[in-house]
Amino acid sequence: MTAAIVISAEDNVATALEPIERGQTIQTGGATVTAAEAIPRGHKIALRAIAVGDRVIKYGSPIGTASQAIVAGAHVHTHNVASGRGRGDLAAESATQTARIAEPPE
Amino acid sequence: MTMAASVFLGYQRSDGSVGVRNHVLVIPTVICAAVVAERIAASIAPVGAALPHLAGCGQIGPDLNVTHETLAAYARHPNVGAVLVVALGCEQVVAQHLADTARQSGRPAQIVSIQGEGGTVRATARGIDIARELAASIGRVERTSIAAASLVLCVKCGGSDYTSGLASNPVVGRVADTLVDLGGAVVLGEIAEIMGAEHLLAARASSPAAGAHLLRVVNRVEAEAMALGLDIRGTQPSPGNIRGGLTTIEEKSLGATHKAGERTRLEDVVAYAAPITKRGLTVMDTPGLDVESVTGMVGGGAQVVVFTTGLGTPTGNPIAPVIKVTGNARTAQTMADNIDVDVSGVLTDAESFEAASARLLAEVLAVSSGRETAAERLGHREFAIHRRNPTI
Repeated sequence: MTAAIVISAEDNVATALEPIERGQTIQTGGATVTAAEAIPRGHKIALRAIAVGDRVIKYGSPIGTASQAIVAGAHVHTHNVASGRGRGDLAAESATQTARIAEPPE
Repeated sequence: MTMAASVFLGYQRSDGSVGVRNHVLVIPTVICAAVVAERIAASIAPVGAALPHLAGCGQIGPDLNVTHETLAAYARHPNVGAVLVVALGCEQVVAQHLADTARQSGRPAQIVSIQGEGGTVRATARGIDIARELAASIGRVERTSIAAASLVLCVKCGGSDYTSGLASNPVVGRVADTLVDLGGAVVLGEIAEIMGAEHLLAARASSPAAGAHLLRVVNRVEAEAMALGLDIRGTQPSPGNIRGGLTTIEEKSLGATHKAGERTRLEDVVAYAAPITKRGLTVMDTPGLDVESVTGMVGGGAQVVVFTTGLGTPTGNPIAPVIKVTGNARTAQTMADNIDVDVSGVLTDAESFEAASARLLAEVLAVSSGRETAAERLGHREFAIHRRNPTI
């Protein structure tokens, strides 16, 4: 069994099926990456560097944008990924308008 | 696909619908009648099923309509053979309307009024007498062989973790694909948990109107959350979802919509508890709270529910069997009481997705033929009508 699973070829994160230790090297979905920190089971590890503002991709679709620079092998979660949907707290900045893929008709 | 894998033993109703259970449904018109209704239903367990709810008075406009229409939808539900309405006497919800709805769909129906009978004791005693007569009258109905195409399958997830999107939801999605191939129907709810994946469902719409309708409904739910000036991350994903590794609502939604299949076409988008009339995939406009969501989709006509859970959750329904599926091997052990089907093997390559989905479809048909689910064994009969406005 692989330690982490990649669902779609476009994904830049993998999901840990078992706890991954810092320094552990995993191979999954054609990528080899060394964990920069511990990754709990079920959490995500970056397969490559993701710049601030770039999309985090899982299931072949964006699940949010990087709110901090993410290095390859980093734990990817709420501390470094921002959702663009339903953000009433950011309404003035029209956060959802940049994140939505499909626009409803007028 | 063999014949044996595409039929079940169900109750053919005179209105053309097909039930997988044969309940005497005891409906309180209002919260004030809920205790009497529950006592009457308990007297004819397990045939009796009550719908205790918190509404029925103090409501105006759309909020009252949703309550009325949800209760009426249960009064004519395929899994219901007969109806007893328990009224208080001064409430807004009209007992006669609910009884008429049942009768017009070919089901015997009676009314007991607490004020009319003269109090709790007399109303309960009178209700028990009537309920026993109704149970005897529907007890003679027998199950017959029915094509799986008659099923409306509600797909639902709750207590999601990373295994939901990777294992249990894709297994359920394959069952949805197969059922629709056979001519059946699937209903998906929880609009907030489509947010972030709506583009994938809209692209599978059978008509531009259906796709546009879905995008409008998702937009409305998002706008409602935005109008509060709050971040929906307080609830979507939930704290448990986040501990389980889900980071954003987009990630949760992309995993959640796998339940609706990969090939199914989006045929229709319907209001809460409104009738599901199309074969193929229907999306219902329900909130994300599990019990309100399942209550609405069963009201729409779903006879059976497949409910995936990574963290484990006990939710059932008063009249529809709820089959619990988990992709988390630990939850399958720690919450074995609540879990019907363990598909965690697909994550360790111990079982293929094809084998797991064939096993789950067989379970759906067995439960539709009468096999008890964990939720039914444990007496989980949660029911909650979605409220759109504050109580006046």
